[in-house]
Amino acid sequence: MHEMTLAESVVQIIETTALHENISRVVVVRLALGALSHADPDALRFAFDAAAAGGVAKGARLEISRAEGRAKCHDCSQEVAIDQLGAPCPDCGGYDLDLTGGDALRVVEMEGA
Amino acid sequence: MCATCGCGHSDVQVGGHTHAPGMDATRVIQIERDILARNDHAAAHNRDHFARDGVLALNLVSSPGSGKTTLLTRTIAAMDSPAMVIEGDQQTSLDADRIREAGAPAVQVNTGKGCHLDAEMVHRALHHLDPTPGTTLFIENVGNLVCPAGFDLGEGARVVILSVTEGEDKPLKYPDMFRTADLMVLNKSDLLPYVPFDADTCIEYARRINPKIEVLTLSALTGDGMGPWVDWIAGRR
Repeated sequence: MHEMTLAESVVQIIETTALHENISRVVVVRLALGALSHADPDALRFAFDAAAAGGVAKGARLEISRAEGRAKCHDCSQEVAIDQLGAPCPDCGGYDLDLTGGDALRVVEMEGA
Repeated sequence: MCATCGCGHSDVQVGGHTHAPGMDATRVIQIERDILARNDHAAAHNRDHFARDGVLALNLVSSPGSGKTTLLTRTIAAMDSPAMVIEGDQQTSLDADRIREAGAPAVQVNTGKGCHLDAEMVHRALHHLDPTPGTTLFIENVGNLVCPAGFDLGEGARVVILSVTEGEDKPLKYPDMFRTADLMVLNKSDLLPYVPFDADTCIEYARRINPKIEVLTLSALTGDGMGPWVDWIAGRR
């Protein structure tokens, strides 16, 4: 489960930021996990609670936004929405797609005091 | 509960988001940082190392049992330039032992409970190998078609190995791995007459995920198809 590694990275980013910003308690962490990213949100939530234990983000609420998958279709030259990797272009049925969005794994912001 | 931060305090001003006395006001801090930034930074450092030293690094990924280690031992024997190997497994040094027996320096990285190699592990291993210019460095990742996909190691190319005893629908089932690979090697081709694996369908599925993926079919055991693979490696230099 590589979400454990991802959760540890999130906690590390939060703890570094908290130290820098003089924050002693983090209450919310907001992440962007694109719908086509390689991370599973439920697994990441589970791992985050474990990774955050004992630190400044202990008990923090994880809010995850999921941007939809976007791709450029080289068969019909349209910019289209796709819901999974390997799915055909919804306009022309072609598979020659280049992902243009929806694969982000990002710590957006945190809230704390 | 405070609807802005979920802190459990009921006595809050909604507009200014300040809490009751005794509770410090929370503030929002923008971060906008990739979760994998640290790994990506280490990977970029490895990539610089490889470019500076004239080393071609190949990240080999697959399910367990695809024949990666046999492919490597046969590849090392077939190559006329230096090869080194970083072996990733949860435990044991069995694979590194096999590589050394085949005549190439090898470092075993045991990931313990970890399910993938990361760029920092590769960096540490590099210092044990110290590859000379012209070396091909094979990084045999942990056998796992899920977790290694997101972790850039700084490699020059990523090779996904699929054996014909697996399902031809693996590219559709594990798209993250096939999306990030430059080459798909279909191994154990000597077994094609005995298994229901449809290579054309597998290749079609892989190209649905990754239209640019190259494909080679070979048998590391019999040596059939090894020539084009060794040529492919030389062509990446």
